[in-house]
Amino acid sequence: MRKIFLIGFKDLRLAFRDPTALVLMLLAPFLLTLGMGFVTGAFGGGGGSGLQEMPVLVVNQDEGELGQALVELFQAPEVAELLEPSLLDDPDAARRQVDDDQTTAAVIIPPGFTASIIPAAGQTSTGEIRQIEVYANPARPTGAGIIQTIVEEFAGRVEIGRIGGEVAIAQMLESGLLPADPQALAAAGEELGKQIAGDEASLSTIGIRKTSAVNEATQFNIMAYMAPGMALMFLMLTVAYGGRTLLTERTQGTLPRLLVSPTKVPQILAGKVLGIYLTGVAQITILVVASSLLFGLKWGDPLGLAALILAVVFGATGWGVLLTTVVRTPGQAANLGTALMLIFGILGGSFISLNNLPEAIQFASKITPNAWGLDGFTTLALGGGLGDLGGTMMGLLVMGAALFGIAVLTFNRRAILQK
Amino acid sequence: MQALLEVDNLVKKFGDFAAVKGVSFFVAEGEIFSLLGPNGAGKTTTISMLSTLYESTSGDATVGGHSVTREPMAVRKLIGVVPQDLALYDDLTARENLNFWGQMYGLTSAILKTRIAEVLDLIGLSDRANQRVKTYSGGMKRRVNIGVGLLHRPRLLFMDEPTVGIDPQSRRAILDSVKELNRAGMTVLYTTHYMEEAQELSDRVGIIDHGELIAIGTQAELTQQIGQMDSLVLSFGEDQDAAGCIGPIQALPGVQCVDYTDHKLNILTPSAESILGEVVACANASGLKIRTLEIEEPNLEAVFLSLTGRALRD
Repeated sequence: MRKIFLIGFKDLRLAFRDPTALVLMLLAPFLLTLGMGFVTGAFGGGGGSGLQEMPVLVVNQDEGELGQALVELFQAPEVAELLEPSLLDDPDAARRQVDDDQTTAAVIIPPGFTASIIPAAGQTSTGEIRQIEVYANPARPTGAGIIQTIVEEFAGRVEIGRIGGEVAIAQMLESGLLPADPQALAAAGEELGKQIAGDEASLSTIGIRKTSAVNEATQFNIMAYMAPGMALMFLMLTVAYGGRTLLTERTQGTLPRLLVSPTKVPQILAGKVLGIYLTGVAQITILVVASSLLFGLKWGDPLGLAALILAVVFGATGWGVLLTTVVRTPGQAANLGTALMLIFGILGGSFISLNNLPEAIQFASKITPNAWGLDGFTTLALGGGLGDLGGTMMGLLVMGAALFGIAVLTFNRRAILQK
Repeated sequence: MQALLEVDNLVKKFGDFAAVKGVSFFVAEGEIFSLLGPNGAGKTTTISMLSTLYESTSGDATVGGHSVTREPMAVRKLIGVVPQDLALYDDLTARENLNFWGQMYGLTSAILKTRIAEVLDLIGLSDRANQRVKTYSGGMKRRVNIGVGLLHRPRLLFMDEPTVGIDPQSRRAILDSVKELNRAGMTVLYTTHYMEEAQELSDRVGIIDHGELIAIGTQAELTQQIGQMDSLVLSFGEDQDAAGCIGPIQALPGVQCVDYTDHKLNILTPSAESILGEVVACANASGLKIRTLEIEEPNLEAVFLSLTGRALRD
């Protein structure tokens, strides 16, 4: 075990003594984050949010409570600094304003939206559910993505409530708590409705103003998306660099020297992997600390952040190790590492929010640590904690473990360490 | 003396190419044994098998009674290796390199600190120990490369052409270090294609060519193999080609073999004086200007020439 740590810490030290590596690991993501911050106006002053009073059009064609609730959500004081909502009646006019780049997005609530979710008195089914349309401005992808997220969160909450209600009523019918007679059932339902209407606590669980979307929007800083996006993109370059060091050790003669020392091959490989991992953790940690101090970024729950960094670097290290098994020279590793960085950067949402990409790409993005990592960092920045990262952490750990497994199998077939 | 290293019919093939063809020899505890041969003779491949880096195709060797094929880890604890190519971390200092490799050999911090100081003193780099290796000259890097190999005080030190490509001063320092280590009791297996180094350092020499050990013994034993032979060496300017003289000189009575390498004619003959006039005449007839002319006593170069028909530099 001691030799594994010796090799790992030696590689960490070497990485931080390589000026080129330092530029790519730390300076480049930092400068890109800085540049993108200026481009998006994140440093334009006014609070901690990079996006200010984004204009959004809301067309409420629904006559029911849910349509009104969504309108109220956009008009809530908690999002007043972030959003500047305007109400329109004509959906086509709203779309035209988006087309003319006059607004960030148009949220169009269709007629009968509430009725399509909540059955009218005397009805047991609502038919097909009407969809809320978010007509996004492609020229303002980040803002449009935030608005879409708010609407999705709203729709998700409504859906949960609808399904929960159906299940509850079905169980109550089954257990005999509700009468089977339709007239008696209607009367019981009316009574239950009155009870719920009079219960503040029940209302607050369904209430729109307290949904997480509102909280997220008020605290969201666009830099909290860009900084991890850039850090994760360049993390891929770091792990590729780390993978390359095994090949470099071979060409500089230190690998043969290690092999004739009383050290086992698995110890050498484990040490190299540890070196990649430690370098990645150090890189992300430095970027997090630096962006917190210099940009005033709030990364969120420290415990969740630490766990996420460890997990995301684990997933990325898997790719770095796998890369080592498919290349033959340090030059190939550098080229492939750069390609991997860019492809994963785009695919994983480091440049463009995944919300604005087709579903197929969103699905494909799950092979990248970037997508999982961004999801996790955004969750933390929006107020989530370690408990909210279960899926993200699991995804990254499974990714890392699977890639390590493939790499180990491939190492056995490779001539890199064969005698 | 007891053999520390015993090599038994060691063979290494790379595909159809046999780099080492059944080499057998021994190295006694406390001696310096040199493998002398030209580039590509199989010296490095032999050392790579003995140091457990390569697996042999057939045959075996033991170090301190441990088989290199069956007990590689036990062998690695007894040996030190100074590879032909530098094997150092350029972005670490000499001290950091020594510290890392010392720990890889299991040296604990208290002993390691003392050993590093001793080695730095031996290789003459105490005053520059905290500078990164990449700032060193080629000779200084070579010395650190050697220092790493002997830090853990191995019983048997393999040194694979440690003086290739360095300045005369560093070369002198390395040769002196090897002798000092040997005086301290370290057994050394040294490979070189420099006859002078083998002559200066070695208790015994094995001459290797094309993967075969063609002669082995002390320097005196080897030179006796060719009898009372002289080496007549003529050197020419770099703009001149004396290859045309090989045939006529070879035809002279008593000439055993002639080699022309690096603008030097090397003639092995029982009596250099008896053919001197004819050799000079041949050179003059070819329009060549002789730069120097030497008659040398029998040496390892002559032995190699006698055995292979080629000079060591080939």
